[in-house]
Amino acid sequence: MPTILMPALSPTMEEGKLSKWLVKEGDTVKPGDVLAEIETDKATMEVESVDSGKVVKILIPEGTEGVKVNEPIAQVQGEGETLEAPPVAKTAPEPIEAPVVVAEKVAEAAPAQAAAPAAPSFVAAADPDLPAGVEMVEMTVRQALNEAMAEEMRRDPDIFLMGEEVAEYQGAYKISQGLLQEFGPKRVVDTPITEHGFAGLAVGAAFAGLRPIVEFMTWNFAMQAIDQIINSAAKQLYMSGGQVSAPIVFRGPNGAAARVAAQHSQDYSAWYSHIPGLYVVAPFSAADAKGLLKAAIRSNTPVAFLENEILYGSTGLVPKVDDYVLPIGKARIARQGKDVTIVSFSMGMRYATQATEKLVAAGLDVELIDLRTLRPMDTKTVIESVKKTGRLVTVEEGWPQGGIGAELAAVVTSEAFDYLDAPPTRVTGKDVPMPYAANLEKLALPSVDEVIAAVNAVTYRS
Amino acid sequence: MARKAVAKTAQSNVPELTKEQELTAYREMLLIRRFEEKAGQMYGMGLIGGFCHLYIGQEAVVTGVTMASNKGKDAQITGYRDHGHMLVMGLDPKGVMAELTGRQGGLSKGKGGSMHMFSNEHRFYGGNGIVGAQVSLGTGLAFASKYRDDGTVSISYFGDGAANQGQVYESFNMAKLWNLPAVYIVENNRYGMGTSVERASGQPNFSKRGISFGIEGEQVDGMDIRMVYDAAKRAIDHARSGKGPYILEMLTYRYRGHSMSDPAKYRTKDEVSTMRAEHDPIEQVKSRILEKRYGTEDSLKEIETEIRAIVTEAADFATSDPEPAASELWTDIYAPA
Ligand SMILES: Cc1ncc(C[n+]2csc(CCOP(=O)(O)OP(=O)(O)O)c2C)c(N)n1
Ligand SMILES: [Mg+2]
Repeated sequence: MPTILMPALSPTMEEGKLSKWLVKEGDTVKPGDVLAEIETDKATMEVESVDSGKVVKILIPEGTEGVKVNEPIAQVQGEGETLEAPPVAKTAPEPIEAPVVVAEKVAEAAPAQAAAPAAPSFVAAADPDLPAGVEMVEMTVRQALNEAMAEEMRRDPDIFLMGEEVAEYQGAYKISQGLLQEFGPKRVVDTPITEHGFAGLAVGAAFAGLRPIVEFMTWNFAMQAIDQIINSAAKQLYMSGGQVSAPIVFRGPNGAAARVAAQHSQDYSAWYSHIPGLYVVAPFSAADAKGLLKAAIRSNTPVAFLENEILYGSTGLVPKVDDYVLPIGKARIARQGKDVTIVSFSMGMRYATQATEKLVAAGLDVELIDLRTLRPMDTKTVIESVKKTGRLVTVEEGWPQGGIGAELAAVVTSEAFDYLDAPPTRVTGKDVPMPYAANLEKLALPSVDEVIAAVNAVTYRS
Repeated sequence: MARKAVAKTAQSNVPELTKEQELTAYREMLLIRRFEEKAGQMYGMGLIGGFCHLYIGQEAVVTGVTMASNKGKDAQITGYRDHGHMLVMGLDPKGVMAELTGRQGGLSKGKGGSMHMFSNEHRFYGGNGIVGAQVSLGTGLAFASKYRDDGTVSISYFGDGAANQGQVYESFNMAKLWNLPAVYIVENNRYGMGTSVERASGQPNFSKRGISFGIEGEQVDGMDIRMVYDAAKRAIDHARSGKGPYILEMLTYRYRGHSMSDPAKYRTKDEVSTMRAEHDPIEQVKSRILEKRYGTEDSLKEIETEIRAIVTEAADFATSDPEPAASELWTDIYAPA
């Protein structure tokens, strides 16, 4: 015989008031008939019958407060059910007692909260071995990025590039130079100025199996689109239980350019590195720009690829091999040393490299690490280095609070505490919006001198 | 199609401006023109950094709209192509130019630069670098006007490119829903950076963009200040009288590149020179002034001389004024309690 239970109005409701019965014992009910009204301090609800039959017993009188969720409130005798059951139901005290027991049982039976399993560690492959005597070609970061896209687009017709001024104008910063000419307007698409819209559109296209590269004119304008990047792209695989992924690359210049003030000069490294489900890549050298952009385009996980306008024109040597793809998630030790570890990425590497040159000249054996990828972050390489040097200085253009340096400081403090000979020290952009005035802008950015001062502090030199 | 209104304004019933209005228009537009030319030159000399978006060619829009507004009471807001707006609203040219050079006497103490200048006193709210953001902000200014019931309206300027941002339509909806005194001025200068309207817009007639929200709109010859003034009066009256938002699409043209560096491959030299030769907003006013004898070649030269003096003074100030003190790095981040 069906028992009507006190329903829950919300996931957090534990008990409520049975305010009114709309049927009485002996009434016949069918599915959808309203049996009773219940209420809590937040809401009211009608309790509908899902059975047909006769109301044989009302177990809780109307007006009763504090009726526990799942407590039987009435019994309905189904059509064709024997009359054996009613007598049981008539012994009113029993069912009233029962739910109390049930409730207690539920409480007792609730197991102690199981500990979350440990997060799996990300294992990145090593950089590929290059053939002996491979030719190295000098090119700008701009050319490296351009080549990476062109090579990948030749390989896979599902890859397309979309963004403001990427096609006819050849890219606001000329990263897409020549791509329209080679791949045509179907695959190199100029968009209106509608970042939120085209980012979402591209994520949708990725759901359908295409492999979009979305260029943001700068990452500052991606703030218009950040919801689609995080809520739609980054979380999709998890929300779909592994079914639907968004193989997409969001790329463009990040960080301060020159004299373009607060709304156009911001480093989003820490922002995006915060998000599970997203890979975040921030290369410094031309070779890394090429190898990592190719890897990003091949990745089935969405990638935020953070370039830097000031680095676009800087040159470096790029190996001339058929397919230069670097592992995402692997830091590069730019210089080995044993006295102090400097960790940086992207534009920060420029300050860090120049500081390292001066410090080495002054007799300090600096180990310089270029993170290259910010998520998954290669903390292993950093920890191993700090275990050797006992000192960590991080360099980034972004703000200090919740920054990449803050993360690294937390990591080495917990993983290499006993090895530290000095507090981990951060060199960051100042904690202010970017000013326009030339003198203030210079002060707001990190400097080579600040890196040297931080290294001197952690090595107790003056 | 969308261009018709620019074609020779030989219309018979063109609204006329009074002598005073013509002379004011001439002076205001000439100030913008000369100021912007100077700014362009100073940029070339390295005195101005970053981006610098000149308003040359579009002078009639902000001048005509502001003349039709209750200047200093009605709120105005625009994007980064903002120098002209500030000059017309009566902000000190010295302060504007010194902001461009990043000096302490700049309107934002040198912290904002070309794209970020504001004045509470003149009710100018920037000076916004994020394309489209000013439309929601301007709608908020209109919300405040209605909330306070103070009889003011809010005027938001945005480009043909900006007109495709989603928040523009979210704003239109709220403006109509709540009947806000919001006047939207689309400065359609045919290009958003290097992308022509036709390559960016499904509906290139921006005056129609409010239709589905129930917002009236008009397409206006934005090179003819008489048309601008007349339409702006209508739109502002509409908003001020409690009838809600209004859209004016100003068909205008920028003579210079988008910012200072611009490959200029997206349009022909001929297109630019034709606009200059046939539709220049200042030349139009000038020839009417002479024709109607509101002034003489000599009296107009006098105005020109005065304007040049103002611009020279602004440039001198902006080059001699010191940079902000280093301590300014840490000021103005949090509002005083
Ligand atoms: C959200 C956002 N996306 C992109 C940009 C870069 N950008 C600056 S101006 C501009 C073109 C805007 O064109 P339009 O609205 O027509 O104004 P105009 O420059 O013609 O006055 C673009 C794409 C930006 N500043 N903000
Ligand atoms: Mg435009």
